[in-house]
Amino acid sequence: MLQLGVAEPMRECEYSQISTRSSTPMETPYKKRTPKKRKWQAFPGRNKFYCNGRIMMARQTGVFYLTLVLILITSGLFFTFDCPFLSVQLTPAIPVIGGVLFVFVLGTLFRTSFSDPGVLPRATPDEAADLERQIDVANGSSSGYRPPPRTKEVVINGQTVKLKYCFTCKIFRPPRASHCSLCDNCVERFDHHCPWVGNCVGKRNYRFFYMFILSLSFLTIFIFAFVITHVILRSHRQGFLNALKDTPASVLEVVVCFFSVWSIVGLSGFHTYLISSNQTTNEDIKGSWSSKRGKDNYNPYSHGNIFTNCCAALCGPLPPSLIDRRGFVQSDTPQPTPPTNGITMYGSTQSQSHMCVQDQCIQSTKFVLQAAATPLMQSEPVILTDEASLPGRTSLGGPCSGALPLGGQPTPPTSTPNLSCDNGMLPTRNDHSEAHHHFLTPEEAPSPPGMLPCGSPLGHSHTIQGFYNPASQDSLHEDSVRGLVKLSSV
Amino acid sequence: MSTEFHNLQELRHSVSVATKVFIQRDYSQGTTCRFQTKFPSELDSRIERTLLEDTVKTLNSYYAEAEKMGGQSYMEGCLACATAYLIFLCMETRYEKMLKKISGYIQEQNEKIYAPRGLLLTDPIERGMRVIEVSVFEDRGSSGSSHSSSVSSGGISQR
Repeated sequence: MLQLGVAEPMRECEYSQISTRSSTPMETPYKKRTPKKRKWQAFPGRNKFYCNGRIMMARQTGVFYLTLVLILITSGLFFTFDCPFLSVQLTPAIPVIGGVLFVFVLGTLFRTSFSDPGVLPRATPDEAADLERQIDVANGSSSGYRPPPRTKEVVINGQTVKLKYCFTCKIFRPPRASHCSLCDNCVERFDHHCPWVGNCVGKRNYRFFYMFILSLSFLTIFIFAFVITHVILRSHRQGFLNALKDTPASVLEVVVCFFSVWSIVGLSGFHTYLISSNQTTNEDIKGSWSSKRGKDNYNPYSHGNIFTNCCAALCGPLPPSLIDRRGFVQSDTPQPTPPTNGITMYGSTQSQSHMCVQDQCIQSTKFVLQAAATPLMQSEPVILTDEASLPGRTSLGGPCSGALPLGGQPTPPTSTPNLSCDNGMLPTRNDHSEAHHHFLTPEEAPSPPGMLPCGSPLGHSHTIQGFYNPASQDSLHEDSVRGLVKLSSV
Repeated sequence: MSTEFHNLQELRHSVSVATKVFIQRDYSQGTTCRFQTKFPSELDSRIERTLLEDTVKTLNSYYAEAEKMGGQSYMEGCLACATAYLIFLCMETRYEKMLKKISGYIQEQNEKIYAPRGLLLTDPIERGMRVIEVSVFEDRGSSGSSHSSSVSSGGISQR
């Protein structure tokens, strides 16, 4: 029905409703109906977002709630049971100072836990392709499926620093950045992943983390000291055991504070040392700038004196977030590697995921057309795709069961496959567990999917092309099918 | 002006069909934001060296100013801490102000210098401050969707 209409140009006007020659009038009504996605919904890392993208945390937040509960309960008990006695007996300044410390602790905790630690967005397909080309040129041959680890050396203030290539994010990590395996993000000035705050600690939230542990140490010592004072004052009057009977909560508070003090005060001291020498926990643990590595080994990032280092870490300018969580996803901008948490995305076609019934009908029609046209289209990519790595192109997409798509494009049978030769902005799916894909995720094999040898997918396409040979010999049939493909590729 | 703007809009929408050249970060002075001033060889035929180098140097100076640790930034940091960072609900940080200035500068440079030569600079903040992406538009000749030819001739292109 539709096929006849397109093959005969005279009948075009009858089918102008579905004519996709000019894409703009068709797209505008769709854009008005489809709700735009925010970037946090398409975020590729393993983070959780709340309040429509305003709050960002790691996936495992159980320990964060434990931290919160401990702080709230201990402080709550202190204000309820100890403060009335102390404010009368000693001074009302005690609950006031306690209150200020408590508010400060909670504020810095929330700020550390909910803000973006300095996540580096993943490379766009163009950037990734450009880097791959440069690396191939540098390495010489692109043979083998396990290329050597990729590093770049740079001299910073006289010290040689190695920049590593991140296979997940497809970037060369800036100095001091590291990839957090729990959050699956590269984070700038990565310190550590703290389960107690439920987030990574990096460039943007390190000062809040430091102020949190510092104020928490003060609060813990404060509560510990005054609870003991309270018990001692009471036991002067009533005797020790009676005092304990009157304030049972104090026992709990003392126990919690006693065990917390050692770890939190210790941690504060450690981070004070790190700040004053401008190092990250990561660097300190690895001993990157330790003099044990060599006589000339020094920290190139240190400003020289303790005061400047502290000021820089705590009062320096706060860089803005690079991931723009609450921005809207543009359907025409290139999308980076898609999320690992199972959300299917196809780059420029993701706006079509919210389509209404009429559009789904059109999509399914396109699906049928593409299915019919796929064997003919396979003849072209054999000529075009000479190089091994083409992360952005789907030349072999389609429901053909034998074909291994180049560049790692998955083709789940329920969604529309993309034969879009016009917009080549489709993301490379690295982390998925489709049954018919034969390459490993980047964590298992360092070579990105695009680096697979050229032979195997093209070999597959040859066999399939051979199977469909009788159809391709009919030039009229070929023309009409090509016309259908053009129709469907818009 | 409106003609050039119209062409810029079209350039932006058709970014997906351009080839791209990337100017990478320069880490030789630490982790502060700086881009390499080395001229990429792919742009040799498209633009004069000095123009691109000037643009990159100006951008570097803006970023250096944004990240400068001086009296003003310390005061801003201390004030923010004292008000529990609530002050940023009303006021922009210095860095954010500089970023706005930078994107205005890039827009202006695109309109005056790069669009007439069939190039387009993308603001580094949109690429995670990793690269300055320079989109190079091929001259398609007489094809229907020739944006760059319309740009170079200065006329209004029609879809």
